[in-house]
Amino acid sequence: MNAIAPDLTAKGGWRTAKNHLMELLMFLAFLLILVPLVFVLGTVVTKGAGIVFRDFPAWFTTTVPIVSRRKGPGMGPAIVGTIVITAFASVLAIPLGILGAVYLHEYGKQSRLARTVRFLSNVMTGVPSIVMGLFIYVVFTLRFGLSGLGGSLALACLMLPVVIRSTEEMLRLVPDHLREASYALGTRKGRTVLTVVLPTALPGVVSGSLLAVARAAGETAPLLFTIGAAKTFNWNVFSGPNTTLSYQIFGNAGATLPGPIERGWGAAFTLVAIAFIFTVLARVITKAYQRRR
Amino acid sequence: MAATTNSNSTTPLGGPDDDLAQQLEGSSAPADASFRALAHVAGVLVLLVLGLITYTMASRSTDALRHMGLDFFFTKRWSPPDQLYGILSYIFGTVYTAVIALTLAVPVSLGIALFITQVAPRWLRGAMTYVIDLLAVVPSVVFGLWGVLVLSKHITGLYGWLSRTFHGWPVLGTIFGPNPQGKSFLTAGIILAVMITPIIVSLSREVIETTPQFEKEAALALGATRWEMIRGSVLPHSKGGLVGAVMLGLGRAMGETIAVALVIGSATGSITLNALAPGNSMPAVITAEWGEADALKKSALIAMAMTLFVMTIVVNIAATTIVNRSMRKSRGER
Repeated sequence: MNAIAPDLTAKGGWRTAKNHLMELLMFLAFLLILVPLVFVLGTVVTKGAGIVFRDFPAWFTTTVPIVSRRKGPGMGPAIVGTIVITAFASVLAIPLGILGAVYLHEYGKQSRLARTVRFLSNVMTGVPSIVMGLFIYVVFTLRFGLSGLGGSLALACLMLPVVIRSTEEMLRLVPDHLREASYALGTRKGRTVLTVVLPTALPGVVSGSLLAVARAAGETAPLLFTIGAAKTFNWNVFSGPNTTLSYQIFGNAGATLPGPIERGWGAAFTLVAIAFIFTVLARVITKAYQRRR
Repeated sequence: MAATTNSNSTTPLGGPDDDLAQQLEGSSAPADASFRALAHVAGVLVLLVLGLITYTMASRSTDALRHMGLDFFFTKRWSPPDQLYGILSYIFGTVYTAVIALTLAVPVSLGIALFITQVAPRWLRGAMTYVIDLLAVVPSVVFGLWGVLVLSKHITGLYGWLSRTFHGWPVLGTIFGPNPQGKSFLTAGIILAVMITPIIVSLSREVIETTPQFEKEAALALGATRWEMIRGSVLPHSKGGLVGAVMLGLGRAMGETIAVALVIGSATGSITLNALAPGNSMPAVITAEWGEADALKKSALIAMAMTLFVMTIVVNIAATTIVNRSMRKSRGER
């Protein structure tokens, strides 16, 4: 690009040097952020993968040791808890988030209410997760007790604005002529949204939602007040204390004995693997979609 | 806009074509109206949740606030056995760690965002974006685990060196003060910086990419180097949006809980600019002390969460307003 901009000043050498220096600094910034990324992921994999595979398959099938200083597996209940709690949160948040985005982009548009909702859902993405946890504790847990459901509700509150945002982005990419073609056939608005607009935006909506799911699966703070501290399997998200991988990692992080620390790294590896699977899935879907277009 | 007028024009269909219209539409007017209503309800849900958060948290906070009065915010004595709940040192810790995080993350994030959008060859952009996004996927509790078991143990050497080297210097001597600890404000700040970098990078990229191509080309045509083009065209154009992006990072840093709770050192009443000293932050205290709290203490902790909520909401509202305004401006609307 610089070739088309001939140097016309006497100090050209210094200016080029400064240009290269700044470009180098920007590149170094990128290298710098790789350091913690590589360190964190490297440690999680080297310390965690060994534990998970050493205790395979007991890691996935046995309960968390009652005496936490004991060595050995497993994380079965936490894996189950992570899956059911995140899944139920997704069942709540994703349809509502998509509907909310449909409201914003297809119905509300630039009306005052829609602008307020859009603005506040942006703001809501910044509400600290611990505040969501306490909020659900006050409105739900105090009345109905500790259960996976409380955790799901808190996670759903965190996911909702994220899903709304990413879905609205995607609806914006659906060309208006598709809507108009549908209206021209006499289709009502609601049906147009369901049969034309959403299917067109679907890959983007799915990948945005998967990213929200990946984020939610790793949340810890909102679960501390809502799900209790189970050590045995609880497939029932609606009743009884539950546990998650994130919860177990947090519990074991303060430990000094090798047993719990090992389980902490193993749980971290399992959680990161789950989060990555969702992220990669989102990527693949986006890629396939782009290729199709 | 055109879509709205078209949808209205479908309703007057009538007469002998009714059956055909019904077939083509495949859904009746009531179904359409109920879908519309459903979408509205989902949209309003956001307002409802935010309203409920504010109301419930405020009503649960009153016990502690009535008990402590303004001392709740302006004293640093936190002593549950004496029923004394002053959160000043925790507010300080929250803000101080967030400021440290921004100091570290902002130059790096802007550098990365500029490199990806302006310097990197096209084939590298996707890969770099992907790597940065990976960082956003790592759960905060995993950063916390790494922070407490690895970083805080191995960084003490560096802290000792910083503390000795800058001893007696005017500003740096205060920041890198005596008695360095592995679990400290700075360790929390470093972890936070890593965690907010992907957020600031992705927002900055969005903002930077709104710079019109012709403004950049104009700079280059005048003989500017790439860096001069960035300084002369890109940065002035995106200044507002970048400020907003940084503020959103600030909001995120203040609310981050688990990673900070594990590495900040959990010291009560610590108000010092010595970044190497242990401290505490509001979310970290709530997590640590919730378990054994009685009614009044729970109320105090909820009041602390309410304080945090208000602080982050204010930062976020300001940031969103700034970003929206700059985006609108760059699209040429008012």
